[in-house]
Amino acid sequence: MAQRLFQADAEPADVIIAGGRLVDPTAGFHGEAADLRIQSGRIAEIGHDLHDPDAERIDATGLTVTPGLVDPHVHLRTPGDEHEEDIASGTRAAAAGGFVAILAMPNTSPIVDSASVLGGLVETARSEAAVATGFMCAITRGLEGRSLTEMGELAAAGAAAFSDDGRPVAEAGMLRRALQYSAVTGLRLALHEEDTSLSAGGQMHEGSVSAELGLRGWPAIAESTMIGRDLGIARYEGAGLHICHVSVAESVAEIRRARDLGTDVSAEVTPHHLCLTDEAVRGLDPTATKMNPPLGSEADRAALIDALADGTIDCIATDHAPHADHEKDAPFEEAPFGVIGLETAFAAVYTHLVEPGMLPLQTVIERMSSGPALAFGLPAPGLARGRTADLAVWDLGASRVIEPPYASRSRNCAFAGRSLRGVCRLTISGGRVAHRLIEAVA
Amino acid sequence: MELYPPKPPQQRRHLISVADLDRDDVERILQTAEGFETVMHRDLKKVPTLRGRTVMTVFFEASTRTSSSFELAAKRLSADVVSLKASGSSVDKGESLRDTVQTLSAYDPDVIVIRHPSVGAAARVTEATDAHVVNAGDGCHQHPTQCLLDLYTMRAAKGTLDSLHVAIVGDVTHSRVARSNIQGLLLMGARVTLVGPPTLIPRDVQSLGVEVSHDIGAIAAADVVYVLRMQKERMAPGAAYVPSLREYTALWGVTSARVRPSQLVMHPGPMNRGVEIAADVADGPNSKVIDQVRAGLVVRMAVLYDLLAGPGPAGARAAPRPLAIATQEVA
Repeated sequence: MAQRLFQADAEPADVIIAGGRLVDPTAGFHGEAADLRIQSGRIAEIGHDLHDPDAERIDATGLTVTPGLVDPHVHLRTPGDEHEEDIASGTRAAAAGGFVAILAMPNTSPIVDSASVLGGLVETARSEAAVATGFMCAITRGLEGRSLTEMGELAAAGAAAFSDDGRPVAEAGMLRRALQYSAVTGLRLALHEEDTSLSAGGQMHEGSVSAELGLRGWPAIAESTMIGRDLGIARYEGAGLHICHVSVAESVAEIRRARDLGTDVSAEVTPHHLCLTDEAVRGLDPTATKMNPPLGSEADRAALIDALADGTIDCIATDHAPHADHEKDAPFEEAPFGVIGLETAFAAVYTHLVEPGMLPLQTVIERMSSGPALAFGLPAPGLARGRTADLAVWDLGASRVIEPPYASRSRNCAFAGRSLRGVCRLTISGGRVAHRLIEAVA
Repeated sequence: MELYPPKPPQQRRHLISVADLDRDDVERILQTAEGFETVMHRDLKKVPTLRGRTVMTVFFEASTRTSSSFELAAKRLSADVVSLKASGSSVDKGESLRDTVQTLSAYDPDVIVIRHPSVGAAARVTEATDAHVVNAGDGCHQHPTQCLLDLYTMRAAKGTLDSLHVAIVGDVTHSRVARSNIQGLLLMGARVTLVGPPTLIPRDVQSLGVEVSHDIGAIAAADVVYVLRMQKERMAPGAAYVPSLREYTALWGVTSARVRPSQLVMHPGPMNRGVEIAADVADGPNSKVIDQVRAGLVVRMAVLYDLLAGPGPAGARAAPRPLAIATQEVA
């Protein structure tokens, strides 16, 4: 199988992370304090009173050590819009947020629908990416929904999955063909679900807030009816599907039903849909509150949290979507959709869902790490002896107000101005230190 | 001496949305407007109140009555007026709203009156200027001075707004006038029923505190029938909210047969005679359409006065509650 994740070469870490509380549900850690000895980028030992004269020592007392996070939905804006983000800045932002692996979406300019464009990205990632980076390629040429990309060649060249994200695959027949044909690659399709005949002109979730503000409403059924249709097609074909950024209760119901019927479905939800609602749009600030799909109602938010808790939704994904300041500095209806989220994802979910007791930390770690990894057939980060070090160290007692400067090149953050708890002190991706806000013990 | 000395921080008051007003604010503005009525009956229809002040009206959308009424209101108060029709042109050339407003603000206007096709535009303008901002319509969101002049007209004719029953008829979905009037009427104790085809009444609008009917017969119970313009430009094939204007008129047109003698009929203009309102109703004894236009002048005088000379910048900090939400420190 071709390599699917790419990362710049760097010195493998030799470090002892001492005394941190380990949280890794798949490895059976639920907050036990222990030392991790990392040698040449691998977890050599987990135990107590570990020493290595050749390794530096980090005192993680009072800190929490988790598997590194995996984000299956990132817009790196490269090629074409490097002023908004590039592979170096985007992966630094990922590392700062505790992510050790990310998947980038292909709706760039040019679109990643040929092996030559993909090859250029892979090469850049090998020299610039701070964390392991995979590239999704388009399902249809030019994202136009008319003809399939050369999926076989793209898979051989290192494609991580296929997606027309930013747009739906509008025609059912086209999607059916894509599901049939992509089987030869073993790679998953990730779908942006939107019936544009229902969402056309939509600016925000349709409901009482849109009625009051006079912004054109985006009905929940624009998403849920497409999800229902596409899961029906996948079931018929015996194929698997990944549903991007689920945002409303009606969609959760469709996915739950499909799971009950045995459909191979994975699904993601963003931190902003888990933590915010359409009430946030009242300020009419598109920089932080205009995104596709839009922020839903409080009932939608509750349904998404339930779905995350019971596993109906198995991934948290940021849909990190950088935009230049001057594009977002416009009246709401004229501004583009999207918010950045890599640097705030964990802290937002921790602050809004874990601290108030709505979700256990273990579940959040699973949905942000092994969940997305398994959905896309990637190695799941884990705190186990012999594994490559892919981990993050958190200060769950520290909080900070979200404000620039960001590692990301853009500033359109959904949580700007809010105080969030949970600061990432150290990220090791692929055995390499990718982010560090902590000193070694002298 | 510095060429451009920094301005001291100042309380800036804006009128962006009716939601920014409380009952006292509305009462004060309506009373001020009544005071200006007497000026309108003088030979010399001008007072020196705002001499030396500058009012800029910037319209990114076509307008007849709102732009002319703001301009005349400012002139009657002796302010200097600059009126700009910016419809699309700066956007076509790629200039952002912020740049347009910052450019105009270099002339130190005291008030910027803005109309723009996008929801939230007026609120954005407050971030780019030191002037007081008055929203003269932002997309389908708000048109607060229209609401104030409608309240003024209704109160003048009916004596009170308390418990008044107002039926708003027509295309509510695309109407900023409806949104502002719903808020203003409910604030002043009136009862509101929305009447129109299901395709032109926003989902969940009942949560605002209004009743909804799809039957034109529901206007019979109202004291005021407020007719909205049927936005013909939105009736293009494919965007059809109703099958035809003919059917719309048959089912929801306000005709003399559907209006009782004691009811007021109002319309924000421009009217499509024979579509949402029959000509004999528009010109009939129940019609308050011309009164609305007259009220627009004195009410806009009152709004400008309230911002600049009423509780005014000097008295703003001491005032119990400033005019608008968007009270902010401007560096």
